Order: sequence, then structure tokens, then C-alpha cells
Amino acid sequence: MTRLFAGILLLGLTLPACAAFDVAQLMNDLARHKGGTAKFVEKKYIAFLDRPVVSTGELTYRAPDLLEKRTLTPKPETLRLDKDVLSVERDKQKLRINLANQPEALAFVDSLRGTLNGNRAALEKNYLMNLSGNSEKWVLTLLPSEQKIAALVQRITVSGSRDQIRSIEYLQADGDRSLMLIESLDNE
Amino acid sequence: MTRPGRRALLLWLLAMLTGSAIVWNSRFSADMSFFLPARPSAEQQVLVDQLKEGAVARLLMVAIAGSNGEQRAALSRDLRGRLVKMPEFAAVQNGDAGSLDADRAFLFRHRYLLSPAVVPERFTVDGLQTAISESIDRLASSAGMLLKPMLPRDPTGELFELLAQLNPGTQPGSLAGVWASPDGNRALLLVQTRATGADTDGQEAAIQAIREQFTAVAAAAGIADARLQISGPSVFAVKSRATIKREVTRLSAIGTLAIVAVLFFVYRSPRLLTLGLLPVLSGALAGIIAVSLAYGTVFGITVGFGSALIGEAVDYSIYYFVQSGRGGVAAWKAHFWPTIRLGVLTSVCGFGALLFSGFPGLAQLGLYALSGVATAALVTRFVLPHLAGEHFVMRDLGPLGATLKVATQLLRRLRWPTLALALAATAYLAVEHERLWSTNLSVLSTTSPEDAAADKALRTDLGTADSRFLVVVNGHDREAALQAAERAGLALDDLQASGAIDGYDSPGRFLPSRALQAARRASLPTADELRTRLQTALADSPLITGKLEGFIADVATTRQAPEIDRPDLDGTDLGLAVDALLLQRPGGWSAILPLHLPDKGQVNAIAAVRQALAGSGALTIDLKGELDTLYNDYLREAVLLSLAGFAAIVALLATTLRSPRRLAAVLLPLVLAVLLVVAGLHLSGEHLHLLHLVGMLLIVAVGSNYALFFERAGELDHTTLASMGIANLTTTIGFGTLGLSQVPMLHAIGVTVGPGAILALLLAAMFVPRETTA
Repeated sequence: MTRLFAGILLLGLTLPACAAFDVAQLMNDLARHKGGTAKFVEKKYIAFLDRPVVSTGELTYRAPDLLEKRTLTPKPETLRLDKDVLSVERDKQKLRINLANQPEALAFVDSLRGTLNGNRAALEKNYLMNLSGNSEKWVLTLLPSEQKIAALVQRITVSGSRDQIRSIEYLQADGDRSLMLIESLDNE
Repeated sequence: MTRPGRRALLLWLLAMLTGSAIVWNSRFSADMSFFLPARPSAEQQVLVDQLKEGAVARLLMVAIAGSNGEQRAALSRDLRGRLVKMPEFAAVQNGDAGSLDADRAFLFRHRYLLSPAVVPERFTVDGLQTAISESIDRLASSAGMLLKPMLPRDPTGELFELLAQLNPGTQPGSLAGVWASPDGNRALLLVQTRATGADTDGQEAAIQAIREQFTAVAAAAGIADARLQISGPSVFAVKSRATIKREVTRLSAIGTLAIVAVLFFVYRSPRLLTLGLLPVLSGALAGIIAVSLAYGTVFGITVGFGSALIGEAVDYSIYYFVQSGRGGVAAWKAHFWPTIRLGVLTSVCGFGALLFSGFPGLAQLGLYALSGVATAALVTRFVLPHLAGEHFVMRDLGPLGATLKVATQLLRRLRWPTLALALAATAYLAVEHERLWSTNLSVLSTTSPEDAAADKALRTDLGTADSRFLVVVNGHDREAALQAAERAGLALDDLQASGAIDGYDSPGRFLPSRALQAARRASLPTADELRTRLQTALADSPLITGKLEGFIADVATTRQAPEIDRPDLDGTDLGLAVDALLLQRPGGWSAILPLHLPDKGQVNAIAAVRQALAGSGALTIDLKGELDTLYNDYLREAVLLSLAGFAAIVALLATTLRSPRRLAAVLLPLVLAVLLVVAGLHLSGEHLHLLHLVGMLLIVAVGSNYALFFERAGELDHTTLASMGIANLTTTIGFGTLGLSQVPMLHAIGVTVGPGAILALLLAAMFVPRETTA
């Protein structure tokens, strides 16, 4: 009962903010962003490791559906998503996967791609969205609505400023999480 | 009837009865062994084994078109669900994610016996440290979250090593969770039959089962607008057999009806008609008996050649009735039989040359025709007179002969124009000689271009690599073959590392030799040793030592477990891969290692493989190259045999005629006929292959009968001329019927010999030596 009350209170408090800055407006801002290059640092916190695994590299995005993640450390790897085809290059190995094959993986990819290109429909297909903050500093939380996706990831938290994404956090079903910090290299 | 007459008749009856019993028990076949070499080289043997037993020959590609994506996917799942339960099928794949679970479970369970990285150094402190630190680095990769759950039990990453050496290739696209063509319009399945490629009956049953099950699942799901497409080598084999069966019946019926009609027109007597067909039927029977006794199996195409044999063999009874009807039997035996006998002998020379062919189909055709023609002639000479009696009423063919006479006289005016035409044909052929001959075995295939295109489209959609390049190693048992495959694998690993080849497959991937499994097992430390080493190895690692008990337990289990044997692979698709790459043969086993070569520079790549494996006893084979070589060997051999057959005919005629002039008079029309027919065929766009070549030999063999009559008798009387005209007509009908065939082998002989026989007669009439015409 107390929780419900708190919920209503919280809802009341966030309502005015939503009127000023809502999902529709964020999506509009994001959709206007046509692409660019950024540096990233990704940390994976895993239960059986006593410190996170860190990787760094560059991200490139071209609207609406080309995304490339070039990991430089600890091992070079290039991950490229072109429409629904995911290709991975590591060492001498090349792998191409058509994600249409794997609805769960596609949903996972859409959480990132949908945020990048401001595709509200793609996001709402698989997630419940919650937005807080304002245009200068926003936090978008995605909660999987499908059981199959929830089995992989509990919650995705994207934060950013205007049309720039600053960080993405995946909280996995088993409690492990990964946090990616993004810093744009483009001069605006 | 005289005593010798009765004896001849009894002998004949007895032979026919025995023959019928043999034919009744003969095995008829319409499979590809017709085309496969009788005396294969080691490389060709691999090709033969692949075509008969190989995995590719047992593969059916299935597509579901129409309806919509979701429904196609549902049908694909339902169809797979039904087919996997049926004994006809060894495997059914449709890309459904769940179907790969059994494979992964097998690889994970046996990872320490399967992984090539398992060597003693791997489990030292340093080795563990390196392997584990690499595994942790991999957690940082994009696949990290997929690999993570396995790490505590597989910290050295053996499953990753295993998956890494599998050639990922290009897997088919997917729609609604199952394989689909790139355009998304067809759901795709791959089906492996239990029946081998050589078992056409089994393949036909399997294809039929897929169709029936599809109809059933579509009906159950209430989907009416979905269509099924099936392709693959065995679909072609089954279709080809059906075509040959249909053609044999159809062509024999057409040929027989037409010839019977001609004979009835000539004889106007059911009795003579029946008698006239006796030598033919005896000949056809004798042909099948001879082939059945010599080869054990009679090919459908051989029987299809029957129509031509009927047309040729019926000539003898026509000669007999027409020619002896006027002058009596004794006169016929004295005047005409020697000429006919010589004609039979030239035919025998022609067909006999084919007996020496290494192309089993050709050798059978030769034997069939040879025994058929010889029997028909013998029955005409020794049995027919007794059955027909001394006196039979024969319609007067004088008027027909008179008309033909006028025609031959008109023909003689065309001598010079014909020679000019022949000269033009020679020049034309000389200019075109580079473009005359097809150099590809596929010209003999009954597969229609549409079917071939549909097959290619399915293959592209499925990304089914054509395993054109193979390495084959042999051993006296399976273990020896696997060890040989592993030795060849080491050389191929180096080539892959240097980038010379993209990769290769080996049965040893999933079923290593017992020796290698034992060596890998011996690399594994005891649980206590491993625990101690891990403590040192993990000193600086983020990995918490206490989490690795699953790993220690799995290693301990593997140390106690028996070696992997083939039954352990049951229920996985990997088992099929192993079966496909291991062949048991009389006297040993072969392991096949398909090569993945870069698209460009295949010649260099294959040369590098040959060099790396030189002296190891491994065979490096280009299957397509072997097929082309095979055809070119056949073609080269057919050229030699045709020349030998021609030489034998010339020698026979030379010794009998004893005059170069007379010899030239017989040969000229035949050579001209061959020239004009070949030029005509090429001009009409026919792609010439080795059966056209054989047809050329047969023009000489068959046509010589007519040339001999003209040369011997000089100015022919009306009746003899009529008999030749009729005999020529039946021969042309017989061979010409084959020209209607869709079976390229029969078609080629038909379109060559049919016109060739007419031309031989016309030209023989045209070029009758002058002094005899005076």
C-alpha cells in the first residue's frame, strides 16, 4: 500500500517534467542525428570475476541502420550491423549472421538502434519505456515486455544529452551488467 | 519341311525359350552407372564413389513457396517434424534454432577429446594462464555474453576452439525462425536420405514421401496456396529414369507401328508380316540376352536403342521376301545372300568397334546392336525359308521399282552439284572444326535447362558449397583412414594458416582416431594436479579460483571416459557429416576432406595442396575436372574406336571386293553421306558430341548395305530396287524415331543415322560406277 502510494506520488512529481520533455520529443531529437564517430569504454561486471573486463574502441553510426563497433583493446574486433545483417571480424575469422533468424537478438539490437535513430515504434515493440530528466540530461529506461527477451536482459538504461547518447547499461537477467560510456569525437 | 529345316527351327525355338527365361530374370537399370567408367583410375574411382555413395548424392534441397512467411515457416517446421521420424531420412535441417542443440551438447561433452588445442602444454601452469586469460579477453568481445555461461566449466575455451575450426561458410538467410531464400519468398530445408545416390528406387520413394508429407501438413494447416519444390542429384536421377522408361516405351511403339504399317503396305499379307517380324523379334531378344549375360544389368537406354535395331534388322526379311519372291529361294541364296552377308559383316564391324569402349553405355549399345543384327540375319537365312515355305504369294513391286528407277536416273544428273555441295561441306567443316564438338559430359545428361537453373537457384539460396575439390586418403580400416586424414590435416592446417586455402573439413573433427583421442586424454592432469596448477595460474587473474570446480570435474570425467565412437554421434547432424566423409570400400576405408578454396586463384591453391601432400599417398581431386577429363577420355576413345571400326569395314570390303576401284565406288557415297550429315547438323545448331561420332560410324556400317547392292548388281532390276527402297525406309524410320527422343544419347544417334541412311542410299544410286550403267 505504501509502495502504491509512493508510486502515485512519484507519478505526480514526474508529470510536469514529462509535459516539458517527453519520449516523443527525445525521439524527434535523436532522429535528427544523422551519425558520427565516438570513442567508447565498455566495462563488463561478471559475478565470477573480481574486477570488470574492460574494452575500448570506436563507434560509428550512419542513420538510419548502419552501426559499426571497432574494439581496439584488449583484442581488435570489428562488429558491423547493416540493416539486419550482423558481421563480426576477429583475428582471421569472419562471421555473418542474419538477425532475422534470431528474434531475441534482433530485439536486443533494436534497443540500441531504435535509440540511435529515434525509432519509437521499434522500441515499443519489445520494451516499456520510461524517460526521466530533461533535454540536456535525460535517462531512458527500457524494460523488456517479452518473456524471451527478459530472460536475457532485465533492464537497459540509456542516458544522454540532447541527441547524443552518453552511456548504455545492460543489466542481465543473472545480475551481471555491462556499462558502455560514449564520448563523441565530432565537433558540433 | 526338310530334316535340317526342322532342326534349325527346333534350335531356334529352344534358343528363344531359353532367351525369354534369361530376359525375364534380367536386371534393368536406368541409373548413372551408364556413364561411369568401366575401368576407372584412382581419381575416377573417387568420383564414382561420390556419385554413388557420397553425401552430396544423398542430399535433397527442398523449398516451400507461395502463401506467406509465417505460414511457410509453420509448414517448414511441421514438415521437418514429420520427416525426422521417418526411416527414409537420415537428417532434416530447416535452420530451426532448437535443432542445433544436440550438436552443441555433443561438442561440449567431449570437448577435451575433440579440441585440437588439447596437448600436454595446455594444462601446465603457463598453458592454463595463457588459455584462461584469452578466454577472459573474449568476454570483452561481442560474443562475450554468449561465452560467459560456459567459462566456469570451460575456462580454457575448448568449445570456442572447436567452433572456430568449423567453417562457418555462409548460412542461409532466415525468416520467421527458419531458413529462407534471400528474397524471403521461399522457406528452405535440407534433407539427407538414407538411400545412397545409386539406389534410384530408394531415392524415388524418399522424394515421394516428402511430397506426400508436404501435402499432409499443408492440408492439416489448411494452407492451400503453398507449393513444394525439390531438387538435388537424385531428383535428376529419378526424373531421368522416368524419362528413359517413358521414351523406351514410346519410341519402340512409334517405331514398331510405323514399320509394321510399311510392311503391311508392302506384303498385304498378315502371314508374311508376322513371318517378317520374326527375325527382328529374335534379334531384339538376342540383344538383351547378350547384354544381360555379359554385363548382368541392362541399361534402359540400351533397350531404347531397340527401335533402331528393329528398323535395321527388318531389312533382311524384306530382302528375302521381295527378292526371293520372284527368283525363288535357291536363287536368292546364290545371288543376294553373299551381298547381304557382307552388309551384315560391315554392320557387325561398326557395332563391334563399340564393344571396346570404356564407356559402359556405349559398349552395351554395341553388343546389343551387334548380337541383334547378326541374329536377325541368321534367322532370316536359316529359319525363315523353312517357315515361309517355297511358295508364298508376294505382291508385285515392279511398278514401285519402276518409279524408283526413274528417280535414280534423275539422281545421276545431280552428281556434279552433289560433289560441289560435298566440297562446300568439307570447307565449312574445316573452318568450323574448332566449334564442332562439345567438351562437356553434361551434353549427355537428360536434365532440362529449366531444372538445372532451378537447382542452381536453390543451391545459391542455401549456400550449399559444391564440394568440387577433395583430398582423399585411404586406410586398411577406419582407424587407419582417420589417422591418415589427421596427417593430411596437419599439412592443410599449415596451408590454411598461410592463407593458401580457406579451410577444409575432415571426419576427424568429430570422430578423431582412437590414437589421437588417447593422446589428448593423456594430456589431461589429475584433479589434484589441476587444482594446484590453477591456483598458481590464476594468481593475477580476475577469475575467482573457487568457481572452477565444474571444470576440474569435467576434466576428471574425461580422464575416465571411453573414447568417442560412431554411436556417440547418433542423433546429431555431426554424425551425418562424419558418415558422409568416411566411406567403407572393399578392402578398406577412405576419408574425404573437402577443401574450401578462395574464389580466385583456385588453380594455385590446388597446386599448393598437391605439393604439400606429395608422397603422402593422399589424392587431391578436382571432381569437375575429373568429370571433364572423363568425357574427353570417352570422346578421344570414341574417335579411335570409330576410326578402327571404319578401318575394319574398309579392310573387310577390300578383301571381299579385291579392287581399289570397286572399293572406292562403295566408300564414296558413304563418306559423302557422313560429310553432308555432319555439316547439316552443325549448320542446324546441333551441338555434336560423342554419340554423333558413333552415329557417323553407323552411317558407314548401315549405309554400306545399300552401296554394296548398287556396286555388286550394277544395274538393279525393279524388284531389287524396290526392296532396297523399302528396307531403307524402315531403317530410316527406326533410327529417325530415336531422333524424337529427349534422351541426348538416343537423339544424337537418331538425327545422325536417320538422314545418313537415306543419303547413303541416294548417293549410292547417284554414284553407281559408269561402266555398269551403260
